[in-house]
Amino acid sequence: MEIPRHWRLKQQRYKLVGEVCPHCEAKLFPPRDICPDCGGEAKQLYTFSGRGEVYSHTTVYDAPAGFEENAPYTVALVKLEEGPLVTAQLTDLGEQDVEIGTPVEMVTRRLRTDGDERGMLVYGYKFRPRLERVNQI
Amino acid sequence: MSDQKLLKPGNPVGIVGYGAYVPRYRLPAKEVARIWTDGVGGLPVKEKAVAGIDEDVATMSIEAARNALARSDIDPDQLRAVWVGSESHPYAVKPTSTIVAEAIGAVPDVQAADWQFACKAGTEAMVAAIGFVGSGMAPYAMAIGMDIAQGKPGDALEYTAAAGGAAYLLGAAEESLAVINATYSYVTDTPDFWRRAYQKYPEHGQRFTGEPAYFAHITQAAKELMTAMGTTSDDYKYAVFHQPNAKFPQRAGKMLGFTSEQIEPGLLVPLIGNTYAGAAIIGLSAVLDIAEPGDRILLVSFGSGAGSDAFDIEITGAVDERRDRAPKTQDYIARRTEIDYATYSRYRGKLVMK
Repeated sequence: MEIPRHWRLKQQRYKLVGEVCPHCEAKLFPPRDICPDCGGEAKQLYTFSGRGEVYSHTTVYDAPAGFEENAPYTVALVKLEEGPLVTAQLTDLGEQDVEIGTPVEMVTRRLRTDGDERGMLVYGYKFRPRLERVNQI
Repeated sequence: MSDQKLLKPGNPVGIVGYGAYVPRYRLPAKEVARIWTDGVGGLPVKEKAVAGIDEDVATMSIEAARNALARSDIDPDQLRAVWVGSESHPYAVKPTSTIVAEAIGAVPDVQAADWQFACKAGTEAMVAAIGFVGSGMAPYAMAIGMDIAQGKPGDALEYTAAAGGAAYLLGAAEESLAVINATYSYVTDTPDFWRRAYQKYPEHGQRFTGEPAYFAHITQAAKELMTAMGTTSDDYKYAVFHQPNAKFPQRAGKMLGFTSEQIEPGLLVPLIGNTYAGAAIIGLSAVLDIAEPGDRILLVSFGSGAGSDAFDIEITGAVDERRDRAPKTQDYIARRTEIDYATYSRYRGKLVMK
């Protein structure tokens, strides 16, 4: 059971809240309070747009404990528009192929159950191929 | 009837933003028939929307609420209520609404609650939100109707019980893309459908489903509202009714004097199935996607047990500028991957794993 960790991480997991460096304006995800670019203190919260593209990807057939229900699933390194690389599951792929450069967007999904069917539900970010807007006027 | 029966707030209220959500997967009704009836018999819909393995009412509500916020001009911390109506809340005890409020950035200065009234939990939350905003208690309130409906394998409901819904951000009429002129609620104790505690699937009360439940409540609510408003079916460009199958809303519309041109734009059930607490209001979101300023819409929900909420809605000039800010209802419907009964069984947890 990791309830304190789920609770502590909810902002970054639910809505991609990271940080922006007040000195060099680098956007940080996950939040780490010290800017890796300039070494300055960076505690100002910043909500990412959730848009990015696939930098690299692989399919997991032998899932780690807690994720067996979802296997097989695709994991990607997503390059966010604002700069950082994020590791996340891809979802809603249907029959769509994933390629390096595929534009994706963040969605909040159920990641897993903490423990068995009595445990808390853990929600967090995944990415899906950007929804096609066919009916734009 | 006098207009004293109408539910009308002190200050006029309207829809400031709205958003729909339909998951990607579709189970054709003929696939359900292939498993259970050898393909024999009529089908109530073409196909139904099925949620993916990582979706539930919380995640679907989050996406619809984000779409509603995108169509408004407000920040999420201006919301004073996030209310989610559903009959498939992920937890038996622990609110869906706090998860949604957290994910959209509405916490902590906010009222949060989960609503339940079978298929009209969404409009129930909307009526309450009208009161919340119209009384001056709050500037903005979010009301969501969303479901991943349950149907017993092989039961008539399995053909239609679907996933989807919509979110409505309510605020002052002058900021709205559609003004809610008035609502009216018609409720009786009718045993047409229920699910007892700890039961996985609902039961339906034989012949109660049609005449004494759906048709009686929908038509009474619509008639009373129109009488009090001094309107007839001709005054509305569109009419949207709760849609458990394709036939019921079409027949109810006919009984009330509406033509198929008025009903079809909001009749989504043939392509996405019955989204329960989301069904009537996702029909409304499809209409808001195409309606013109000045158009009037009649919306009537139905929830088993039983009751109907009827809304008289009028589109304002703000709709044109705001509706393209988020995906349209038909965008979600067009995103479609067909699945078979086996995949559906896996996605919806119908396989015994231990």
